Amino acid sequence: MTAEAGLAALWLAAALSLLGLFLSILHVRGKLEADRAVRGLAIVQGLLCLFAFVMLLVVFARTDLSVLLVASNSHSAKPFIYKIAGAWGNHEGSMLLWVTVLGLSGAAMAIFSRKLPSRTLIAALGAQAALALGFHAFLLLASNPFARLNPPAPEGRGLNPLLQDPGLAFHPPTLYLGYVGLSVAFSLAVGAMLAGEVDRQLARAMRPWVLGAWIFLTLGITAGSYWAYYELGWGGWWFWDPVENASLMPWLAATALLHSVAVLAARNALKAWTMMLAVICFTMSMVGTFLVRSGILTSVHSFAVDPTRGGFILALLGIYVTAAFVLFAVRAKTLREGAPFELVSREAGIVVNNLLLTVILGVVFIGTLYPLMAEAVTGEKLSVGAPYFNAVAGPLAILLGILLAVGPLLSWRSESRPVLRKLALPALAAATVLVIAILAWPQATILTKLGLALAAGLVPASILPLIGRNPFRTPLAIWGMAIAHLGAGVAVAGMAADSAFTTEKLTAARPGETFEVGPWLVKFEGVAPVAGPNWTAVEAELRASRGGGVHVLRPQTRFFSDPPTETNEAAIKTLLSGQLYTVVGQADAEGRWQLRLWWKPLVTLIWFGGALVGLGGLLALLGHARRAWRRRAYA
Amino acid sequence: MIGRPKHQRLVLVILAIVAVLGAVLLAMWGLQDRAAYFYTPADVAAGKATAGRAMRLGGMVEEGSVDRDADGVTTRFVVEDGEARVPVIFRGILPDLFREGSGVVAEGKLVGSKTFVADNILAKHDERYMPPQLGNQQAEHEAGQTLKR
Repeated sequence: MTAEAGLAALWLAAALSLLGLFLSILHVRGKLEADRAVRGLAIVQGLLCLFAFVMLLVVFARTDLSVLLVASNSHSAKPFIYKIAGAWGNHEGSMLLWVTVLGLSGAAMAIFSRKLPSRTLIAALGAQAALALGFHAFLLLASNPFARLNPPAPEGRGLNPLLQDPGLAFHPPTLYLGYVGLSVAFSLAVGAMLAGEVDRQLARAMRPWVLGAWIFLTLGITAGSYWAYYELGWGGWWFWDPVENASLMPWLAATALLHSVAVLAARNALKAWTMMLAVICFTMSMVGTFLVRSGILTSVHSFAVDPTRGGFILALLGIYVTAAFVLFAVRAKTLREGAPFELVSREAGIVVNNLLLTVILGVVFIGTLYPLMAEAVTGEKLSVGAPYFNAVAGPLAILLGILLAVGPLLSWRSESRPVLRKLALPALAAATVLVIAILAWPQATILTKLGLALAAGLVPASILPLIGRNPFRTPLAIWGMAIAHLGAGVAVAGMAADSAFTTEKLTAARPGETFEVGPWLVKFEGVAPVAGPNWTAVEAELRASRGGGVHVLRPQTRFFSDPPTETNEAAIKTLLSGQLYTVVGQADAEGRWQLRLWWKPLVTLIWFGGALVGLGGLLALLGHARRAWRRRAYA
Repeated sequence: MIGRPKHQRLVLVILAIVAVLGAVLLAMWGLQDRAAYFYTPADVAAGKATAGRAMRLGGMVEEGSVDRDADGVTTRFVVEDGEARVPVIFRGILPDLFREGSGVVAEGKLVGSKTFVADNILAKHDERYMPPQLGNQQAEHEAGQTLKR
């Protein structure tokens, strides 16, 4: 019954979103006063989606093998946490999670954005209902998570062992909150363009949503990068895989929107541009969903191999994007002219930021889709990887980093103070590091050297906006900005350090042999068999020392029986100065084992920086929320 | 001030168009010699692949061709497609599902016109990152197993 209850809730939610869409159209056209009804419908629709999702969790928790999805993706012998996480470790379940977040976003918009003019809010809720309707149709017609299996399977087929990892429990929900949170920015932009009310109030209503989604995207990308780093055993933290780009593209667009919405909120300028970006942000979320969920790319993320699904998502994408762009084309001209601004000012800096982010987004977008286009048009098979993305996006990112050091020091409206003098110290630090890098590490690439120099300048520069302020009186949003920018500098330092200083040792070892990697002496003690709840493994024992104490690392090769697969489990020792990363491979006839060792100084700064960026976003969100609350309290 | 308000909007629109055009031109320039094309051994034999350029080589690992060098980490094998054979050298740990007689995609470049030096090996059934070129075979395999059908 649980599965049927979930399915019924989904059908009802779909019907309610259709009704909500209908009523909101009548309301906006002034035919009917349906303000409360539309808001109520949005809330109930969100709760129904949540109910359906909880029902899916229940059937997975019970391993109900009469549900096709459970039988195909779970197994009764799986640890409980992976039974739960398995609910979204497959196509149908993850799309249900997507729709649930979409529904709950609509509900939250109905509850929290009441300060907006009624026509804008109801039009936005109508847009959100239209989005929900399309994705409900996709779920119910092409990806039913609650389909029954008759007769029930005797045992489930198990979950891809690579997905049996604690990271999986958080990575998809985090990214989805980011992806789908952007739907609110899309709906608000559509609503405001329909109602013709694009102003500072709209920007203030949109900003928390963009910030929230952006924080989740930042954390999701950071966590996904770390997951790929330790789970794949390749020692890399970003592979420019289309699936990774699918999450990077909405992040780039959201980063641009975050800054332009600040200009709209503070200066009532960049109206049309901000609306355009809001549309592009959610478009990128849908492109990402299409790339990942259509099965057009094969990776650990693509569960679906059913071509109708890809076509369905593509059709939805086409309808929504075309409608939004047509609306933009019709309405952009009628938007009132934004406030004028000076050439040297915070808002001009943000325009340059937006332009750079747009170009980066453009080259990543083209590089990611080019292989699909080329194959469709010429039939030629090709792939685009790191050489392309590093060459075209790397230099732009460096430019963006330089701007990031300068921009926050400029004031709104017009800057007359000698800002460059403040930057003397960071500029000196950057120049010194650049000279050292050129002299000491000639083998590093130009991009790596520039990255090291940029990090050296950006870290001190990002704190400058806080200097000379009373730390207790400084608004939280300013703290957030400084910490997020600091995080960017820290992450760049980690990326450049990983590229410049990593040392690698690849060898075949007999037990008892010792190797050098960077400053470390690593002794291979031998291998032993070990077993886990649903796997067996060969585990190597490595003893690493660097003068002082000894660290023991135990990399494994794991064998899973359901489904039969092998995986490499890297063993990583994290120290303040970096990470020692070890992988064990196969044995040969002479009893030697392949070992791959990396010493990666400062590599953890990459993810620490990412977390700082997220923390900065969170502080800014809290700051804006507090200010909005006070404004209401004193109003 | 960047001109009067009317001009300002025009300037912004022009800047946005320049940015988008710039992105397209930059991407086209970047893709010219940085896209890695997928070739089969027959393509290589026909001289379609340029030596020294990043590419992918896909086919089957020839039965009995896998051989490991004395260093224990360099592997030599032959990729064939029924029409031609290309010898491959790879230094590193092979993916778990690398098998003789099974599908493989090697990333790397041709050295001379004979040998392929791989920096990365993607094996069929490797669920981590299965190359799309082998995806169809995998899909058929899966379809045979799916409970639904």
